[in-house]
Amino acid sequence: MMDDLRELYQEVILDHGKNPRNFRHPDDSNRQAKGENPMCGDRFMVYLTLKDGVIEDVAFQGRGCAISTASASMMTELVRGKTAAEAETLFATFHDLCTKDDDEQGDHGPVDEDSREKLMVMSGVRQFPVRVKCATLAWHAMNAALHGQDSASSDQF
Amino acid sequence: MPDADAILSPAFDVLRVREDFPILSRSVHARKGKPGKPLVYLDSGASAQKPRQVIQAMTRFLEEDYSNIHRGVHFLSQTATDQFEAVRIKVARFINAPSDRCVVFTRSSTEAINLVAASYGRTFLNEGDEVILSIMEHHANIVPWQLLQAEKKIVIKVVPCDDDGVLDLDAYRDLLSDRTKLVAITHCSNVLGTVTPAKTIAALAHERGVPVLFDGSQAVVHGPVDVQDIDADFYVFTAHKLYGPTGLGVLYGKYDLLKRMPPYQGGGDMIESVSFAGTTFKPPPSRFEAGTPPITEVIGLGAAIDYIESLGREAIAAHEHDLLQYATQQLSQVSGLRIIGTAPGKGPIISFALDGVHPHDVGTIVDQYGVAVRVGRHCAEPLAERFEVGPTVRASFGLYNTRAEADALVESLLAVKEFFGA
Repeated sequence: MMDDLRELYQEVILDHGKNPRNFRHPDDSNRQAKGENPMCGDRFMVYLTLKDGVIEDVAFQGRGCAISTASASMMTELVRGKTAAEAETLFATFHDLCTKDDDEQGDHGPVDEDSREKLMVMSGVRQFPVRVKCATLAWHAMNAALHGQDSASSDQF
Repeated sequence: MPDADAILSPAFDVLRVREDFPILSRSVHARKGKPGKPLVYLDSGASAQKPRQVIQAMTRFLEEDYSNIHRGVHFLSQTATDQFEAVRIKVARFINAPSDRCVVFTRSSTEAINLVAASYGRTFLNEGDEVILSIMEHHANIVPWQLLQAEKKIVIKVVPCDDDGVLDLDAYRDLLSDRTKLVAITHCSNVLGTVTPAKTIAALAHERGVPVLFDGSQAVVHGPVDVQDIDADFYVFTAHKLYGPTGLGVLYGKYDLLKRMPPYQGGGDMIESVSFAGTTFKPPPSRFEAGTPPITEVIGLGAAIDYIESLGREAIAAHEHDLLQYATQQLSQVSGLRIIGTAPGKGPIISFALDGVHPHDVGTIVDQYGVAVRVGRHCAEPLAERFEVGPTVRASFGLYNTRAEADALVESLLAVKEFFGA
């Protein structure tokens, strides 16, 4: 029981939850999307600075639980410097990690070992289905911003 | 469970009462041969568990007496109709309604409020007319009025509360005016536990001839309610929070108001005669009960009322008050915990925030200890804004809860704090 909790709330998650990275609004961002979970009121704004198909900067602001805040923070570290296509691959891979058993996860494109390891940190959420939306909230917002949309609601996840 | 529970509440044998609720003996999160944690159910404000008496009454009805009602000449239809209508009389007595003709069965409290908004509201409210609500309303007593606002251009006024969660009666007095056409206010907040001064609220409105609706979804569970003493014009509640089944609500209305109101929905069972030249409607309450009602659930509500009355409503209230006092005292000793809603005489509902830990994380962790609480904004977003807390954790107590369970909540919260280093 406590093992599941420890797996969900790993040290790195507690750290990112308490001290989120890239928690700011960049002046030169050119894409932004709101991610909202109406059930709990968690709300994030994800900002992208997208130039020539590359995410030059990514940051977020808002309010959420430890899981959603940590996931948003780690997301910003993972997608910075990636192309839009690479970010989408990361998102799809992460989504599968959070929602599907190992043998059901699809191949969404190449993900380097280091990134995969970081994504894996969040996958403990699989044991807590009601928390999956927390973990994927900022990722959905990032994906919406990539596609020029201004919001993503967990109702649609 | 420690013996303290039995000793401290001699008039109310909670350990004996718990045996009536089969679900309370289960554990949760058992896996891989490991035993789970005993269930500590502190979410009765969302929905109460059901005693065996209710479960068995519904099963017995389905096995022995079930039929559609009000329309058959056969034996079972008559039997089922008699039992169904007997519950209407029981409900009337339960809230001291002057007649069972004032008791309308609906699908929920929500539907009961929508019925009043749609039927009374559309008929008697016009552009510029004002409806007074309070800041502590459940969405069920906000959104129906907003729908009416969109349609009829009525104006919604909101009574504030103070930092303890006490309704601001002076502000209410000031809001009442010649433009006020209806007041709709909770009798007990589902977030703060605040019990509102219903009698005063009604008296002040009646000075101006304004009818008042009370949302009694929480209030009716925690103490005796007398709609004639309050002088409520409308009073709504739901069966599932009252240890009865889901899918059933009650609308009490003064008969002279109900009989001036047009139907809410059309269909069978609410008409006197139907022709394409014109249809005439039955008097209340049938006028508002189109279609086959939740018959078995009404039987279940009757059993729930019998059960509550067998324990004694005063005894239940005293037990719950003791739990509230005890749990408040114990929770207050948890550092960094802030209780939202500290009105005197409140119901056994405790919402709180824990410094540095989001309620969702609290909910997930205490759940691993078997403790079931509600986290979120409790369908009362304006109130969350008012207290600037966003989501909170809510522990709501029912007649079957114990002091030991309040202790279990506190222990699980200490674990949360340790976990987060908060």
